[in-house]
Amino acid sequence: MTDATAHTTPEPGSKSSILTVDPHTAKRHAAEGRFKIYGIIAICIGLFFLAALLIAIVSNGTRAFTQTRVVLEIPLVAAEIEAAEAYIVKTSKYNDLVGEALTGAMSDAGIETEMEPKELLMMLSGSAGANFRNFVLENPDAVGGSHQFEFLASSRVDGYLKGRVTREALVDDKNLDAAHLDLVDQMREAGLVERSFNWDFIFGADASESRPEAAGIGVSMLGSFFMMLVVLAFALPIGIAASIYLEEFAPQNRFTDLIEVNIANLAAVPSIVFGILGLAVFIQVMHLPQSAPLVGGLTLTLMTLPTIVISTRASLKSVPPSIRDAALGVGASKMQAVFHHVLPLAMPGILTGTIIGLAQALGETAPLLLIGMVGFIASNPPDGLASGFLDPNSAMPAQIYEWAKRADPAYYERAWGGIIILLLFLMTMNIIAILLRRKFERRW
Amino acid sequence: MPTLWIALFALVLSVVGYALGRRRAMVSADGDIRNLHSRPNYYGVNAALTGLVPAFLVLALWTLGQPLFLQNSVSGMISDAQIEETGSLGLVMSDVRRVADGLDQAVAEGAMDAETAGNVRIDLTDVRARLGEVGVALGSAVSQETLRAAQAYRAQSSFGDLLKTIVVLGIALAGISYAVMRTNATFRARNVVESGVRWLLIAAASIAILTTVGIFLSLIFNTVEFFRLYPAGDFFFGTTWQPSFTGRGGSSQLGVLPLLWGTFYISLIALAVAVPIGLFSAIYLSEYASPRVRSVAKPLLEVLAGIPTIVYGLFALLTVGPLLLRVFGDDTVGWMQGGTAVMTAGLVMGIMLIPFVSSLSDDIINAVPQAMRDGSLGLGATHSETVRQVILPAALPGIVGAILLAASRAIGETMIVVLGAGAAARLSLNPFDAMTTVTAKIVSQLTGDSDFSSPEALVAFALGMTLFVITLGLNVLALYIVRKYREQYE
Repeated sequence: MTDATAHTTPEPGSKSSILTVDPHTAKRHAAEGRFKIYGIIAICIGLFFLAALLIAIVSNGTRAFTQTRVVLEIPLVAAEIEAAEAYIVKTSKYNDLVGEALTGAMSDAGIETEMEPKELLMMLSGSAGANFRNFVLENPDAVGGSHQFEFLASSRVDGYLKGRVTREALVDDKNLDAAHLDLVDQMREAGLVERSFNWDFIFGADASESRPEAAGIGVSMLGSFFMMLVVLAFALPIGIAASIYLEEFAPQNRFTDLIEVNIANLAAVPSIVFGILGLAVFIQVMHLPQSAPLVGGLTLTLMTLPTIVISTRASLKSVPPSIRDAALGVGASKMQAVFHHVLPLAMPGILTGTIIGLAQALGETAPLLLIGMVGFIASNPPDGLASGFLDPNSAMPAQIYEWAKRADPAYYERAWGGIIILLLFLMTMNIIAILLRRKFERRW
Repeated sequence: MPTLWIALFALVLSVVGYALGRRRAMVSADGDIRNLHSRPNYYGVNAALTGLVPAFLVLALWTLGQPLFLQNSVSGMISDAQIEETGSLGLVMSDVRRVADGLDQAVAEGAMDAETAGNVRIDLTDVRARLGEVGVALGSAVSQETLRAAQAYRAQSSFGDLLKTIVVLGIALAGISYAVMRTNATFRARNVVESGVRWLLIAAASIAILTTVGIFLSLIFNTVEFFRLYPAGDFFFGTTWQPSFTGRGGSSQLGVLPLLWGTFYISLIALAVAVPIGLFSAIYLSEYASPRVRSVAKPLLEVLAGIPTIVYGLFALLTVGPLLLRVFGDDTVGWMQGGTAVMTAGLVMGIMLIPFVSSLSDDIINAVPQAMRDGSLGLGATHSETVRQVILPAALPGIVGAILLAASRAIGETMIVVLGAGAAARLSLNPFDAMTTVTAKIVSQLTGDSDFSSPEALVAFALGMTLFVITLGLNVLALYIVRKYREQYE
């Protein structure tokens, strides 16, 4: 070999060497680098969209969690209250009382204005008089003294302090004038206006279209809760039973194939088709009450079932056959082997799959629109279990949709806020699912 | 709700049955378990199930069947003249039901006593006004015939409810006593229970079939009803979508083509966004990324898949729409008139589909055998050449399947288009125009509508049928392709 190398001399014409990069190779390597960059760019775009989505949610939604309130000390004079009660439209008289108190409080604080009490009241929510009256009716003993009220500020005032409403935007607005905003600035300095955390948004009920400041997501949260109970009560047992049959007992025949094909297809049917099914079967044929969480829950059950079956089968499959063989070996029947040994071992996986299925059902909106869980104001929390399942209610995503459709930007803020709450729920459920998997996952 | 109470009562009965069966078995074995064929619990469960399962079955069937039966028997009372006057039998029947419900409510609130509700006559009482007082709104004045039918409906349905209670509880009792009587020490309770449970498992698995059948039937019946009121040719080939909101039928133009065009246009844009991004991320993640990058980037991308569609809808309506309007609106090039447009919905839907495409393609690329990569690299190809000339062609059928699945997702997506695409049905090529889709129109034609007799409401079922057939076709095709592809490398 050494001889051979000694005699070989490089041919004069060829400059090619393994040590120098020829143009063709350079081109190929450049293409390689570009290709890799395309991939990185694609991932960055995906992550950018995620970031944009989250930023949009957080930046728009957090404002819904604080609310501007006007603090007023109102003397409860018995004669005035009796006079107000004597009127037909009682709250309007109470509104007048609030207006007077507001005027008084402003002059006490040294804020000068030429506005009438009626105009000043535009800074408060329309419900101020009703709140006042409710307090009086609930606490008749307080009459004669005075009480410090915290009235909701109107959505425009609230929006101004949150930076959503500007003076320019109020030029054509008949609900509030720019002059009001000057007063608001002075009132804030005087401590008459304060911004605090908005518990009513989380626990309160929806309000009519003209009072976005009073709208809350609490009642529809209950609606979602009752729906999830229905989904859990139906989808979990049916899903487990179906998976056990398919995974452990089903013979290889056409019927089994039919079921499997059906489940695979149902998992990909658009959710709105399940809404049509729910409408036709549960409302058109069975005449169950419209807009009831029971109907919503049943519809979502049918929709979630394929998800739960698929994940349950996966976790049944992951239990090794030796467990079954050992049980059968000591004399258990097939049914006993499955129910006493395989199922308990697969349970953590099944629960994880169920929680993920529930999270999917919780965020689903389209089927709920068809069975009528939108378009009305979910104003009263259900009283009792039966009413929770059967009385018309909304659900969190349907409520968000409802707010998004109302034209007032103050409602958009609520919709974003509702999304934060919805996502918090989903995140909690997914984290629980992940923790369950971590804690109970077994390597066989 | 009486049905719920019947169910609860049957449940209590079955618990009693469990105790009785178990005790009887123990007694017949002289208190020694070893004399029994099965463990004592099986005797109890046998008694409980024999009572409960048939009772629940009958209860469910009865609850489903009773309205249908009532409909048939009551519709005989309605003359052809009345049907002609109102438009269709379905309309008359929904009036009848509303009046019957109204009478029920009036009785429940004490505005009428039970006897009056049974005998009210239209020439003596203004039923509409009386029902209006308790908050039941009726569209038109109630005719004598409708009122009589409603009263018959009420009478028969309360009789039916009573009969249901008796029959269901009777069956539960009979089943339990039969099972308890059969119980003795040599009775093979375990075998009986196990075969019963097996049938229950089969029944649970069959719910998947029932759901598909239910979807199919509910779509087909209402679609046929729709085509009876509206010509099928005009529906499938009509180029105008203009439902009238006042009359029942008549001047409505319900052509599906503009809706289908909007659906496909939006899906196309969505796929144009999702497929390149999703595919390149999948390639990078499965072929280039270090395990650390992969373990961070993959779950982050999949977060996009877990976000509910209402969130994307709001994102389209309030963030992307105004942003696009600022870029392409009247202030700059003037292509876009409003925030809701095909582009808005398509772009946001594309974002939603990225993780869908990327995780499916990721699985498929990973299924390509390592030997093919090694062979290509061994011949001196660069990594990207291997991907482009060996892996992608090998994975192509699977990727096509994944794209078809994504397309079916896009076609069936509702919330994003309801909020982001606009409401005007038009055939236009400009992606910045507002258009509407099949799903959005299903929502707008059915929301808050409890009356399924006008063509404007029924058209939603025909749209649903169209949607179902298209997505089912895509899914079956995609699943077939993916399965064939998997078999190729297994």
